[in-house]
Order: sequence, then structure tokens, then C-alpha cells
Amino acid sequence: MFPAPFAYERAEDVDHVIALLHEHGDEAKVLAGGQSLLPLMKFRLATPAVVIDLGHLEHLHAVAARGGRVAVGAAATHQAVIDSPLLRERCGALAEVVRRIGDPQVRHRGTFGGALAHGDAAGDLPALARALDAEFVLASQKRRRRVAAADFFTGHLQTVLADDEVVLRVEVPDLTGWSFAYEKFAPVSHAWAVVGVVALVRRDGNRIADVRIGLTHMGDVPLRATAAEAALRGAEAGVEAVRSAAALAGRDTSPPSDDNADATYRRHLARVLTARALGRALDLTVPNLETM
Amino acid sequence: MRAIEMIVDGATVRREVDPRLLLVHLLTDSLDRTGVNVGCDSSNCGACTVLLDGRSVKSCTVLAVQADGHEVTTVRGIAEEGDWHPLQTAFRNCHALQCGYCTPGMIMAAKDLLDAVPDPTDEQIREGLEGNLCRCTGYAPIVAAVREAADDLAAQRQG
Ligand SMILES: Cc1cc2nc3c(=O)[nH]c(=O)nc-3n(C[C@H](O)[C@H](O)[C@H](O)COP(=O)(O)OP(=O)(O)OC[C@H]3O[C@@H](n4cnc5c(N)ncnc54)[C@H](O)[C@@H]3O)c2cc1C
Ligand code: FES
Ligand code: FES
Repeated sequence: MFPAPFAYERAEDVDHVIALLHEHGDEAKVLAGGQSLLPLMKFRLATPAVVIDLGHLEHLHAVAARGGRVAVGAAATHQAVIDSPLLRERCGALAEVVRRIGDPQVRHRGTFGGALAHGDAAGDLPALARALDAEFVLASQKRRRRVAAADFFTGHLQTVLADDEVVLRVEVPDLTGWSFAYEKFAPVSHAWAVVGVVALVRRDGNRIADVRIGLTHMGDVPLRATAAEAALRGAEAGVEAVRSAAALAGRDTSPPSDDNADATYRRHLARVLTARALGRALDLTVPNLETM
Repeated sequence: MRAIEMIVDGATVRREVDPRLLLVHLLTDSLDRTGVNVGCDSSNCGACTVLLDGRSVKSCTVLAVQADGHEVTTVRGIAEEGDWHPLQTAFRNCHALQCGYCTPGMIMAAKDLLDAVPDPTDEQIREGLEGNLCRCTGYAPIVAAVREAADDLAAQRQG
């Protein structure tokens, strides 16, 4: 299978990307790792007239500390995120989630910004971005803007990105001292999530001082398990709190029904996986999850 | 058309290519790399796996122009002057292939793994090969072959 013919532009720097996007608008597609775009182009589900390759923009590959946060360049590969010592120290949840994406070959090419810009409801990164309250830095000829993860995703494969806009970087908070776990349920190891739950917890002695829970594939857009989070804040870090919070994980969600699972089963998975993720993050053995 | 230059199995290659040419087709059709197979053609099976700057990629999901200026290694490039790579020997010893279609991709994915993790557990071997499907051998002999190759390479390093 060949993609339809296109004009190939190799971006020399960020200004060049922005100028090319300004010139070509909805005729153009940015190419990052190509792990979503190239399959779409081969199936002729995408037929951009112009492809703008970000592969040579060193600047967009960097992972760097920035004003108390960590800025992940949009074109940093999944593998680079896993390998980053800075992220391991300050926001280890990224590697915990990213290592569950696809397989090694996909992780060597696919990029952090590409996976987010793609906005797949089954993608692992959107829920992580939601849980982290990550901020997206976007640029076009007209303006630069910052968009919160809560506002970035608008539907399955849909985001607020305009045709002439590029993601430059994604900023995540310094969560040194937080513990975390990602539980992903998939039919085979390198497949997309039927449901995924990322839990981040900050303990203060025996109490849960703060908690963030992101849900993958429990709606068209990534969600937070807000009722479960509220139940946990300030609670004692024990099996009881985890069980009763996890029971709330399906609240206010609108999971899809597809060949892998119907909505009822997805709600069940959200509860079970939330208990598992919290249990692992808190280093607790939580019994009888499946009967909740 | 666009001029590209890359190193393939140690030799510099220059070509004029259509931007939509996939790396796998450059390797098989133009450079006679018969050890690079197209299986699914949709980035699921790993039969087309090669190394790009030392890391495994599915060459059916990389454009030739994206490999411009980089180094590509196919299964042909890992045998030194006719001597098989320990992975190739171990695949034969352990009966880790039947039809052989998945084998070059398996070996390149395993090479990527062993370069990064020289002494993997069986679990790590299975995870390292999660992007590669075999439809006839079964995975147990493949995992055994990677284990054997890891041990051989360790013995070689100790000299
Ligand atoms: C076999 C396989 C299994 C996979 N499994 C998973 C999985 O389990 N979980 C998961 O989350 N993902 C999975 N993926 C997808 C993978 O994470 C991709 O890397 C990701 O979806 C796209 O990233 P990319 O860098 O390859 O982007 P590309 O494919 O290059 O681009 C994807 C889209 O994003 C746009 N884009 C890319 N970068 C930017 C930018 N900086 N600014 C604006 N727009 C941009 C492109 O124009 C395009 O529309 C899988 C892919 C494959 C092939
Ligand atoms: S042919 Fe490339 S992954 Fe199957
Ligand atoms: S040996 Fe036949 S597919 Fe693996």
C-alpha cells in the first residue's frame, strides 16, 4: 500500500513549520513519528497534499526543566520519554504510561506530541495529560497560546488544534514524591486500551493528601474520576478507602460500546482497574476487586 | 522526487525517490534486501523490522525520506563476512522458525532488545518481541533462541 502522492517539506525550524502551515492550511499535515498518520495515509483515509516533516527539528525533541515544570518537546519519542532521567525524577508517571503504548518499534518512532495531537479516545496519553493537568503550548502564524489538557480534547480524533497550528511542547508538573500506577486492559499486549486508569497519589503519613485519576476510553475525550478523587482526598490510605473510591470510578462517564466491550463492561473495568491502580500506587493489597 | 542519502548495512546509498516511497520498498525493490519482509503492511506484524540508527522500527511505517541522513541495518548487515550472528545461529539451534517469514523481523527486534538489555529475563524477551507476530512456530522456541543468543554474546564478551 502506498500513500497518495504528496509534496514533502522538511521543516528546518519552528518558524518554517508555522510558515508552511500558514501557506498550506488544511491541505497540509504535520508528520511526527508517522505511527498514526502513515497508516492512515496508506489506507487513503488521509490524503494530505503537503506533508511537513518535523523529524529534523532537534528543538522539538528536547525534554527540559522549565519554571518548576518539565517541558516535553512535542517531537520527543515515546522511548525518549521513557529514558529521560529528568522525567524519571520529577514525573515518573510519564514513563509508567508510555511504556504501555504499542510495542518497541512504535515507541521508537511515535512521539509524545503526535499521540496527543492525534487525540484517539483509546490512546494512553490523553488521560495521562488530563490527570497531570498538563498544558499544551501551541503556535501558529497569528498567535501562540497555552491550552489546558481539560480543554484540548474535543472528541474522538478531535482537538482544539487549528489547521495552521502546531504543538510545540507539553508542560507537566513536578510531581516528585508522588506515587503512581497505570493499569491498562487490552486484548493483547501491544493493542490499544479497552479501558485504562492512571492513578497518582501524594501521601502525607497515613493520609492521602492529594490524588488524580485519569480514565482512558471511558468517553470520546479523556476523563477524570472526580467522584473517586473527592472520596479519597484526606482519607486514610487503606483498603477501605480504595474500595469505596473505586466503586465511584464509572460515575459521570460515557464509555463507548464496540467489538471489544460494551459500556456496562467498560464501567466495570474502570472500577476494577481504579482499585488496582490505587492499590499499586499505595502499595496495598486490595482483595476481591472483581466482585465490586 | 527527492535526493536522499543513507547508510544501509554499512554502505552509503544515494537515490532519488518519490516522497511517498516507504522505507521497506526502498530496501526490498531497489536495494535487494530480500531479508526484509512485508507481512501485514499495516504496522502490526513486525516482519518488516529493521534498525534505524540502532533502534528497531517497522519499515512499512517509515518513509524512505525520513531515513535520509540516517543509518539502516537489515538482517543482512548483522552477519559479519559470512559468519552468522549469534542470534541467527540460536534461531537455527532452537528450531525458532518454520516458514521463516517472521524470522528476520524477530531477529532484528531481538537485536534491538539485546543491545539495550544484554541479559534479559524471559519476561523482558517476551515484552521486547511484543511487536512481532509469528503464525507458525509458536513463541516458546523463539524466546529460547533469544535466551541462548544472550548467553552466547555474554560468553563472547568475557572472551
Ligand atoms: C501498531 C501500533 C500500536 C499502537 N498502540 C498504541 C497504544 O497502545 N496506545 C497509544 O496511545 N498509541 C498507540 N499507537 C499510536 C502511537 O502512540 C503513535 O505514536 C501516536 O498515535 C502518533 O504519534 P506520531 O508521532 O507517530 O504522530 P504522527 O502519526 O506523525 O501524527 C499523528 C497526527 O498528529 C498530528 N501531529 C503530530 N505531531 C504534531 C504536532 N507537533 N503538532 C500538531 N499536530 C501534530 C499529525 O498531523 C497527525 O494528524 C500505536 C500505533 C501503532 C502503529
Ligand atoms: S509489514 Fe510492517 S509491520 Fe507488518
Ligand atoms: S516462522 Fe512462520 S511466521 Fe514465524
